[in-house]
Amino acid sequence: MQRNNMQAVFERTPILKDCPTHYCPGCGHGIAHRLLAETIHEFDIVDRTIGIAPIGCSVLAYDYIDNDMLEVAHGRAPAAATGMKRTNPDKIIYSYQGDGDLAAIGTGEIVHAAHRGEQITVIFINNAVFGMTGGQMAPTTMLGQVTATSPSGRDALNQGYPLQISEMLATIPGVGYIERCALSDVAHIKKTKKAIKHAFKRQIDNEPGLSLVEILSPCPTYWRMSPVMAMEWINQEMVKVFPLGCLKG
Amino acid sequence: MAKKNLYEEIIIAGFGGQGIMLAGKLLAQTAMDNGKEVTYMPSYGAEVRGGTANCMVVISDESIASPLVTEPDTLIAMNKASLNKFANRVKPGGLLIMNSSLINTEPKLDDTIEIISIPADQIALELGSGRSANMVALGLYLQKRELLTAEAAAKSLPDILAKRHHKTLPVNIEALKQGAEFAKGCTV
Amino acid sequence: MSPRTLMTGNEALAEAAIIAGVDAYFGYPITPQNEIPAYMSKRMPEEGRIFVQSESELAAINMVFGAAATGKRAMTSSSSPGVSLMQEGLSYLAGAELPNVVVNIMRGGPGLGNIAPTQSDYFQATRGGGHGDYYTIVLAPSTAQEMVDYTQLAFDLADEYRMTAMIIADGVLGQMMEPVVLEKRPKRKLPAKDWALTGMKNQKQKVIKSLYLPEGTLEEHNCKLQKKYKKIKDKEVLYEQDMVDDADVVVVSYGIVARSVRSAVRKAREEGINAGWLRPITLWPFPSKQISKAAEKTKTILTIEMSCGQMVEDVKLAVNGKVPVEFFGRCGGGVPSVDEILEKIKHYAKK
Repeated sequence: MQRNNMQAVFERTPILKDCPTHYCPGCGHGIAHRLLAETIHEFDIVDRTIGIAPIGCSVLAYDYIDNDMLEVAHGRAPAAATGMKRTNPDKIIYSYQGDGDLAAIGTGEIVHAAHRGEQITVIFINNAVFGMTGGQMAPTTMLGQVTATSPSGRDALNQGYPLQISEMLATIPGVGYIERCALSDVAHIKKTKKAIKHAFKRQIDNEPGLSLVEILSPCPTYWRMSPVMAMEWINQEMVKVFPLGCLKG
Repeated sequence: MAKKNLYEEIIIAGFGGQGIMLAGKLLAQTAMDNGKEVTYMPSYGAEVRGGTANCMVVISDESIASPLVTEPDTLIAMNKASLNKFANRVKPGGLLIMNSSLINTEPKLDDTIEIISIPADQIALELGSGRSANMVALGLYLQKRELLTAEAAAKSLPDILAKRHHKTLPVNIEALKQGAEFAKGCTV
Repeated sequence: MSPRTLMTGNEALAEAAIIAGVDAYFGYPITPQNEIPAYMSKRMPEEGRIFVQSESELAAINMVFGAAATGKRAMTSSSSPGVSLMQEGLSYLAGAELPNVVVNIMRGGPGLGNIAPTQSDYFQATRGGGHGDYYTIVLAPSTAQEMVDYTQLAFDLADEYRMTAMIIADGVLGQMMEPVVLEKRPKRKLPAKDWALTGMKNQKQKVIKSLYLPEGTLEEHNCKLQKKYKKIKDKEVLYEQDMVDDADVVVVSYGIVARSVRSAVRKAREEGINAGWLRPITLWPFPSKQISKAAEKTKTILTIEMSCGQMVEDVKLAVNGKVPVEFFGRCGGGVPSVDEILEKIKHYAKK
């Protein structure tokens, strides 16, 4: 075999399982999973990390990310994370939530977990749409964006404006760190990784307050775009409503 | 005739701030400390302060059915509103203790009901503690009914009274005694 | 004997949970159970344990979910409208098979109803309450002492069967003070919580979930749950009864009502009426066999509740037409008095 002469330059991170995913071509979840898995691996914390999977496309996150995981009801991850972290202060607790989960049905739970300053890490995937249920409008859907439940495009008068929940959360004293990132190209992916690592590091170092990384993530299927166009749409359109950068901490 | 088993139902009523609940709890605690079965049930309503306050105490030698008292054997009425509300419910042969400091007329009740008027506020004020009127009335009740004694209640009082009020123990114990003395005086 | 302490039912329950080793309490204020969170907010930190006042009952039950998933003993308490809000979490807890204790100090409904005592959440408690095929164990104490005893039992049952054990009582039981003996019950021999999420130290990934997508897997999961429920029905029924064998009328009631029923039956006997009583302590599993047996000897079964007639349906299912099943209920905060019950017993004894 020639393999002996070859050098591995890029490997599957051990925290990711060796299996095909159910995600659509061009979906951002796979990238986000990998960044998360790399972070857990690099900090060597898998022996004390418990994740919370949401309801949404990433409900099966535990089939891909190889750490202990709890699957909870839609939107309730920050409450379950509170129960876990308070009773297990030595464990690293993270939730992985979509925009329907965190910004619609679970608004109360995330606001109050932030308000109590729970020492948890929240990975918030914002793809401006409900994915798993068939591409319905989310609170984060852009104005004019066509979805299954905004067939003529989101209209501010009728359906409200896109909800900037990270800006809202950044006003809460109990929040320690919030940054909005994107998966739209290599440079942004690298920045996202850095933010995720920081959000975990804060918890590992027992720094006060909730840490949250919002990630603008492509959904080519329900955006009705090619994967490349979806990446460009994040950089050109989404960032106008959801500006990137550190909002707090 | 065999003596009927002890089953005494009491309502203590007045307005908020008169120490109604404390008197009821003390009666319950004293009963428990002296080996009786007992229940204490506070009234609870949407109003937190300023309204009427009443509580129900049941004392027995055996297990108690309901802690809710509709027809009391004894009513201790500390103000007029509570007298008006509960006086007609006292059982025939029962006892009504009314605070004559705040109630000027005796109600017309069944002849078999014994009515004792006691100027509870006045007696308490003479002791230098207007807020001990509840203890005066309770002392009277204990002496009159002879199920428990004022001395026993004095012994149980520290368990019921919040620690920060323990400096008022002596005056409250004196109030219990004065109530009991009053009962002796009116036993003809 | 340990000394007696005068306590409200709510406080007795809270202290019993501490005796049972509860690690965390999560809850939201609602009358008439506010003594429980108030007591816990003081006592849990004293014991070095967790108390969190949640932003809603929805959050409270999910905090319980999170803590229970790590193998901790967790509980919440509420009253009727709040327990309605918890039903989502209760269904997930059943699906995920997580042990926990939920307390419902019932008040009047539907809707905001009132804050008076009732027993009108019987259906909700004994039929699962949320979506899906599931049950919760339901214990109905009738004295402050039983609040102490059955709260401790609830934690053991929850751990043994990996499910919700619910205590249902009413506003009177919660608010009244009675002497209690705060004694630790002998703990059951319980299985190790090897399913708990702890991080992957020297072990493979563990996932706690209620989602079963591949064809046939949910049916398999449901069948497994049903097998567990059957075992509980066979093993864990609790009830008490007296004077049933020669009774013309057997009165079935639970909770606070059973106390007045006991007195009424005693008075009926004094008047020469052959009455008896049977009191379910577990409402689920229901003592159907025992009631069926009582129906073989008696002429009438009379069910008395503080509701418009809920448990009476289970009584009818148990009696299965053998004898007439009559019902008397007070609702919206009405509490049946001993005299009212005695009248009903007399009425049906004559028939």
